[in-house]
Formats: sequence, C-alpha cells, structure tokens
Amino acid sequence: MSTIVLKSIQKNYGAVQVIKGVDLSIDDREFCVFVGPSGCGKSTLLRMIAGLEEITAGDLIIDGQRINDVPPSERGLAMVFQSYALYPHMSVADNMGFSLRLAGVSKEERRAKVAEAARILHLDKLLDRKPKELSGGQRQRVAIGRAIVRKPRVFLFDEPLSNLDASLRVQMRIELARLHDELAATMIYVTHDQIEAMTMADKIVVLQSGIVEQAGTPLELYHHPRNLFVAGFIGSPRMNFLPAKVTAASDGATTIALANGANLSIPVRAGRQRAGDAVTLGVRPEHMRLAGEGELVGEVMVVERLGGETFLYTQLTDGTMLIVQADGEIPTSVHERITIKLDPAACHLFDSGGLAIERMERHPLANLRRLPTRKAS
Amino acid sequence: MASTTTAAQVPGTSTTVGGRSQRNVKTLPLVAPSVVILFLWMIVPLAMTLWFSFQYYNLLDPSVGGFAGFENYTFLLTDPSLWTAMMNTIFLVFWVLVITVGLGTLLAVLFDQDFYGRSIARLLAIAPFFVMPTVSALVWKNMLMHPVNGLFAFFSRSLGLPAIDFFGSFPLTSVIIIVAWQWLPFALLILLTAIQSLDSEQKEAARMDGAGPFSMFFFIILPHLGRAISVVIMIETIFLLSVFAEIYVTTSGGPGLASTNLAFLIYLRALREYDVGGASAAGVIAVILANIVAIFLVRSIAKNIAD
Repeated sequence: MSTIVLKSIQKNYGAVQVIKGVDLSIDDREFCVFVGPSGCGKSTLLRMIAGLEEITAGDLIIDGQRINDVPPSERGLAMVFQSYALYPHMSVADNMGFSLRLAGVSKEERRAKVAEAARILHLDKLLDRKPKELSGGQRQRVAIGRAIVRKPRVFLFDEPLSNLDASLRVQMRIELARLHDELAATMIYVTHDQIEAMTMADKIVVLQSGIVEQAGTPLELYHHPRNLFVAGFIGSPRMNFLPAKVTAASDGATTIALANGANLSIPVRAGRQRAGDAVTLGVRPEHMRLAGEGELVGEVMVVERLGGETFLYTQLTDGTMLIVQADGEIPTSVHERITIKLDPAACHLFDSGGLAIERMERHPLANLRRLPTRKAS
Repeated sequence: MASTTTAAQVPGTSTTVGGRSQRNVKTLPLVAPSVVILFLWMIVPLAMTLWFSFQYYNLLDPSVGGFAGFENYTFLLTDPSLWTAMMNTIFLVFWVLVITVGLGTLLAVLFDQDFYGRSIARLLAIAPFFVMPTVSALVWKNMLMHPVNGLFAFFSRSLGLPAIDFFGSFPLTSVIIIVAWQWLPFALLILLTAIQSLDSEQKEAARMDGAGPFSMFFFIILPHLGRAISVVIMIETIFLLSVFAEIYVTTSGGPGLASTNLAFLIYLRALREYDVGGASAAGVIAVILANIVAIFLVRSIAKNIAD
C-alpha cells in the first residue's frame, strides 16, 4: 500500500530552476514512467523522490506522510541505477544482502531473503560470483535483486535498460513487467525511450524542462496528446505536423484548409476557433495511406523497409517533409510521386499556442489500465 | 650502492610484467637497445659490487689486497651492527608505511569532500613532497625539533614542560616522523585520485542501502582503495629501503647505531672506514634483502591488480 503524492515540487541549483513545480500523484501498485528528452529533469525528479537530491520547495508525501527531510535509507524506497552501481568487491549474494547487513539482520534471515530474491530473478546459480563475472543482463538483475531484498514500498528505476543491447532490452522489459505483476509494488521508472514508456507504463508522465507536459495512460497520451510536444514525443516515428487554416468551425467538426488548398473536416470541438485562425494539423504516419486520390501529393526521398511495414520519407510540393507508414508489400521506390489520403478521425488539431483542440469523442481505450484489479495475494 | 639496490629491482619488476603480456616477437629489435642499456646499467655496478665484496680492498691501506673469500661477509654477518641496521631499516619502512597509508587514506577522504578553498588546501598538503629530503630534514632538525630553538621545544616550554631532545632521546622515531611527513603527500595524492574515481552512483546506492559515514568508509571506500594502497606500499617500500639524506643530516646514524639503516651502514663502511670490500658485501646483502621484499610485493600486488 503505497501512494506517492508530489505537491508543487521544485528544485533550484542556485538561480537555475530545474524542476518548476511538479504536481503528481502515483497510485498504489502503479507502474509510473517519467519520460522526456535529456535534460528535462526526469532523473532529478526521481532522485528527489529517492532523497539523493534535496527538495527546494513543495511537499513529497508517501502514504500520507511528508518525507522531504527523511534520509534516503529511511524512506522505504529502493533504487536501481543506470550503471547498476553494484559493489565490485562483493559477491552477488553480498551485494543483495548489503542493506540487510547494515540493518543488522541475522545471517540466516539474510540468506533466506537473498535466496528468495534470487529465485524470483533466476540468479540462484550466480550468488557466489563477483559482478565483473556477470553479463550486462545478469548485473541488471542483481541490481534489481538488491532492491527486492529490501522489500521497499516503492521501486525507483533510473534508465535501467539503457546500457543493454536491443534484444536484451526487450527481454528485460518483459521481465520487469512480469516482476511488477509478481511483486505488486509501486514502481517509478525513468527513461528517454518512449517505447519503454508505452510498453510498461500504467501512467506516463511526459516532462519537458522541468514541467509536466501531460500525465496519463499510454493510450491517452497517444490518442489525446495535450499539446504539440507530447504529440511529437509519443509515437514512433513521430507525428507529422502541417500548417493549416480554419475555414469553418461548427460544434461537430472543424473544417481546415491545408497549405496546398486541400480541405479536411476534423471531428474536434469548435471551442474558440474561428474561421481564418491558423492551426497545426497533426497526423501520425500510421494514419495515412497511399491512395489514388488524396489530400497530399509528394515525392518519396527515402524508403525504409522494415519488412512488415515501410516508412516513406516524403517531400511535399511546398517542401515540408512527411513520414508515411505504408504496408511492407508496396513496391514504391525513391523519387516516385505518391498521393496520400489522411484519416480525418485520427487527425489532431492544435491551436496557434500549440495546445490540442479537444476531440469530439474520447478514445474507448484511453482510460485502460494495464492492471485494472488484482486479487489480493 | 643505494642506487644499485633500486636499479636491481626495476628489471626484476619489468620481467614479471613482460612475461605476463603476449608480446609480438617482431618488436624485439625495437625494444632491444633500451633493454640492453638498462641491463648493462644494472649489471655492471652489480658485478663490480660483487667483485669488490670478495676482495680485501681498503683505501687507507693499499698494501692489503687480493681475494678474501667470504671473509667480508662473515665479518659483516657476525657484526651485530648489521642486524641493528637491518632491524632499523624494517622498523623505519614499516612505521612510515603505517603512518603515510593510514593518515593518507583519512586525508584523502577529507580532501574529497567539498569545502571552501579546497584546491589551495590540496596544494598545501602536497607541498612537502616538493621539498628535497636534505632541506626538509634540516627544517625539521633546526626549526621544529631543536631542543633550544625548535618550535616543539617552544610549545612544551610555554606549557611549563621540559623541552624534548628529539634526536637524542628518540632518534629513529624522529627520523620516521620526518620521512613520513615527506611521503604522506605522495600517498595522499595517489589515494585521492583513486577515491575520485569511485563511481558516485555506487556511493548513492550505498546511501540508499542505509550506509552511514562509517559503513560507507569500511564497506565501499576502503575496498575501492585496495589497489591504490598496494601501489603506494610498493613504491614507498622501494624508496624507503634506501633512506639516507634524512639520517645523514639529522642524526648521522646515532647516537651509536640507534638510527643507522642499511644504506647508512654501507656509507659508514665505505666512506668513514674506507673499507670498500666490506661496504660492497653490505651492498650485496642490501640488494638481496630488497629483492626478497620486491618479490613478495610484486607478487601480491600483481595479483591484486589482476583481480
């Protein structure tokens, strides 16, 4: 049972404000991912929760208790570091049991707890090894084991997979998701990789320069990004943005005209939009298709074939670049002219300030949680 | 003679290391000149020392000469002054190592902290290493430990206590204090750089695991420093076995033989008594002693570094 609440948390280094007032609440057993470009403050925020950085202003509350001034080891948290930070001179078992040893736990109890964690992580056979005799993935598991042994209220992960190679990363991702299910613990996870965020999170918190841009379920962020930044950050390849003008706004659909004159009717609420306002049309590569007739015409500059799908980097007649996802079977080659049809229902519209204009209908899966209910074990 | 001791160790060290690495045969002609020069540099003085050690050879008495057999050695090994000098040497090396490594580690932890004026404090702490041994010994002798003019005598007098005659009452201890003062910066420098290479995430992980300052020091910092400490011990031992200037300037090995180490004994034999044969025998014994120490040190340290 652990909920974390951040109330207008701030962090200053001298005159530089790094975290500019973050309000956030993380529910019990939630897998919360902080994601953002490098330098956005996501790691700083995690370290502030861990107690490794002081909180300049605001309240950090875990289970109703304000813990701003509680030392890191007494917060009941465990952290997995990017470099794993294993103690090189200690065996795997000693690494995992170090916190218990410092806490004065008896040898037998220590061994039992370490063995239990080792079983969960399949490290049983490696307990006598030194960290340098382990592979990257094994070290990663030892670092997680060190956290598990402490039975923390909250697990903190600081980019734990970024030092692993691609295939191992996918494997560890699945393992972490399984672990989250098995331990039923609250986890906070920092990453710059939006695929990790999308695949593992119950809640994604998108940060940019010390501000929470949006917090929500992965599909909420995908289908209802609040602004241009979130729209561009979530989704791979990134969303295409095209300048447009509102030609007619009614409460049901807003009609816009693209730069090349094509008209499109997008199902968003009219709000404050008036005819003539400049807006940005956002459309993901996967929501476009090649057709005989369509709104956009362009020349293919680069073709990326992934087998199952093909990405076409297309230059429109006015020079804008567009990424189009097409079927893996299409024979299109470089410098070919293609006509693109947009799916109006999947298009996003952003006002001149970069804020999303609310869509008419909420996506049915936008509030889906990965762990809706869990039997008490 | 003292230089023979150190020169004899260098090739010994490099062959151990060289045997470990897999070197391409074709590099041999390129390495050969320096190897040959270094080898000659070592072997000629060593051979001459060995030769002289089996000769009757006294500069004051040219009429005595010829092959002496082992007489120089038996004379030396039955001479109680050799054993005194050997014990003094070991005592000096041991205590200087204890003081420099112990204090050096604590100071390194201290200087690793962030405080105002840290870079100046570091510079000052390292300064003694730049003072040449003769000068620092003179400073200690005349300005600090002197029973009449010294600063320590001034302090004890102002507290109403009798002044201590350091070199008269505690000659070897005084030499140890001076030498330790000189070598402390070296240990500090090496250990400080080693501490700075400690991964900060490792320290943070230990903090999250609940390590306070003491457990942090004993469980994280000290094991991390193990390698650097063994390097400090090896290098200091090599140099401390041949401490000479500090003894020459302050106590001249006295009173009696109380502060005479092997290097100083060789000097006494060769230049005070003009007995080249006897001094050479003492030199050979010093080389053997140094090599015994070196074998153990290089073994243990090579193992430590390979880990």
